[in-house]
Amino acid sequence: MNFFQFLVQQRVEILQRTLEHLWLVAAAMGAAVLIGLPLGIVLVRRRRLRRWVLGAANVIQTIPSLALFGFLIPVPILGGIGASTAIVALALYALLPILQNTYTGIAGVDPAVLESARAMGMTPRQTLWQVELPLSMGVILAGVRVATVITIGVATIAAAIGAGGLGVFIFRGVAVASNAVILAGAIPAALLAITADLLLGLLERRLTPHSAARE
Amino acid sequence: MARSRGPAIELRNVAYRLPNGRSLLNSLSLTISAGDTLILLGRSGSGKTTSLKLINRLLEPSEGEILVEGRPQSEWDLISLRRSIGYVIQDAGLFPHWSVERNVALVPRLGGWSDERVRDRVRQMLALVGLDAAEFAHRLPHELSGGQRQRVGVARALAADPPILLMDEPFGALDPITRAELQREFRGLAARLGKTIAFVTHDVREALLLGTRIALLAAGGLAGVYSPEEFLHASEPEARAFVDSLGGDVPCAPPNSGGGQV
Repeated sequence: MNFFQFLVQQRVEILQRTLEHLWLVAAAMGAAVLIGLPLGIVLVRRRRLRRWVLGAANVIQTIPSLALFGFLIPVPILGGIGASTAIVALALYALLPILQNTYTGIAGVDPAVLESARAMGMTPRQTLWQVELPLSMGVILAGVRVATVITIGVATIAAAIGAGGLGVFIFRGVAVASNAVILAGAIPAALLAITADLLLGLLERRLTPHSAARE
Repeated sequence: MARSRGPAIELRNVAYRLPNGRSLLNSLSLTISAGDTLILLGRSGSGKTTSLKLINRLLEPSEGEILVEGRPQSEWDLISLRRSIGYVIQDAGLFPHWSVERNVALVPRLGGWSDERVRDRVRQMLALVGLDAAEFAHRLPHELSGGQRQRVGVARALAADPPILLMDEPFGALDPITRAELQREFRGLAARLGKTIAFVTHDVREALLLGTRIALLAAGGLAGVYSPEEFLHASEPEARAFVDSLGGDVPCAPPNSGGGQV
């Protein structure tokens, strides 16, 4: 039986694991954006907080992923065996690029433009929604894109704590020493990462204001 | 557009210090009459931009009081104060992600005007600053020349018909030919619209050409207030230094002395 026949034979489980994988990534990215974006905006206003928060996010980033999954298992509420623990860990990993880019994007808006906004009588909220966020959208989305690709990769390890996903094939393949089984997980995961990168790259270019792209 | 010639802006013993204690402005008292174009002239670091930013409260005075249209700033709502003061800066400060139309429409829109009224107003403003709406309304700022951007900046500042206009070296970054062209048009515009204008420049020719009054600032204080005619013959050393820098090449005709008295 060649590899392709194996894939065809396993198509139902591959599809199921891919969907599990997508769910892990989507849930983690959703949480990371919901936390990272507002927090990134706050960091621009409160520089003192910035060192601590970015420092903490950096430290989390350096923890090996398998170890982070392991650490979370005994933690009450967030932890335990299964998908929810994995989502928490993945969200923590995705946080740094989102935070970092939100901060960089908004802090990088031309001060003359911001002064104009204030001088024209825009409220801070209007300035945020109409000026700062649109002008930094490209940079923020670049962060989301990096975070998504990282998360798709790291999510394969979530299988180690029973969260499912394409990592199931990889761990199983390693256990039975079968390259075909490993590839049945690795290839779809790689394809997911490439697709996500392309789509988000496209979105990034569309939402980047013209002038900002040229400067 | 009849306006009383009372003070539109009054600075009373205004001081401004940076958080680190450095003083940029000490005890400045200055009155700008309604309809005047008052030039704040001075070298770099003389406090002229600081004075301007205090008027629309981009900066808060460390001491003293500023009255706008007879009311202390503290009695004004910050947002409505700023919306009744137009503001033009050197590189125009246009929003780079918005079309010319949307940039000009900003303050009327914030003020809740109807779409139709905003559209009409934008067209009117673009015409006022000499831009063809059909050609320019949908362009982005980076698709304009420096002079055109500056025109849009003026149109945006005037869009909600504020009685007061603050301009911070608006023509400073332009080439000499475009600058002269915009200065000429600005003179006409200022005379016609009857706005109270505070205009910052370090260019004495520009000051003599555009101002109805010239306030000379030096080292964070007021060195004197003159009409352009008086300025040319002032004995104050800083004024002399500026006049001497012209090398006898005095810009023609003291500018529209009647400007704004409509």
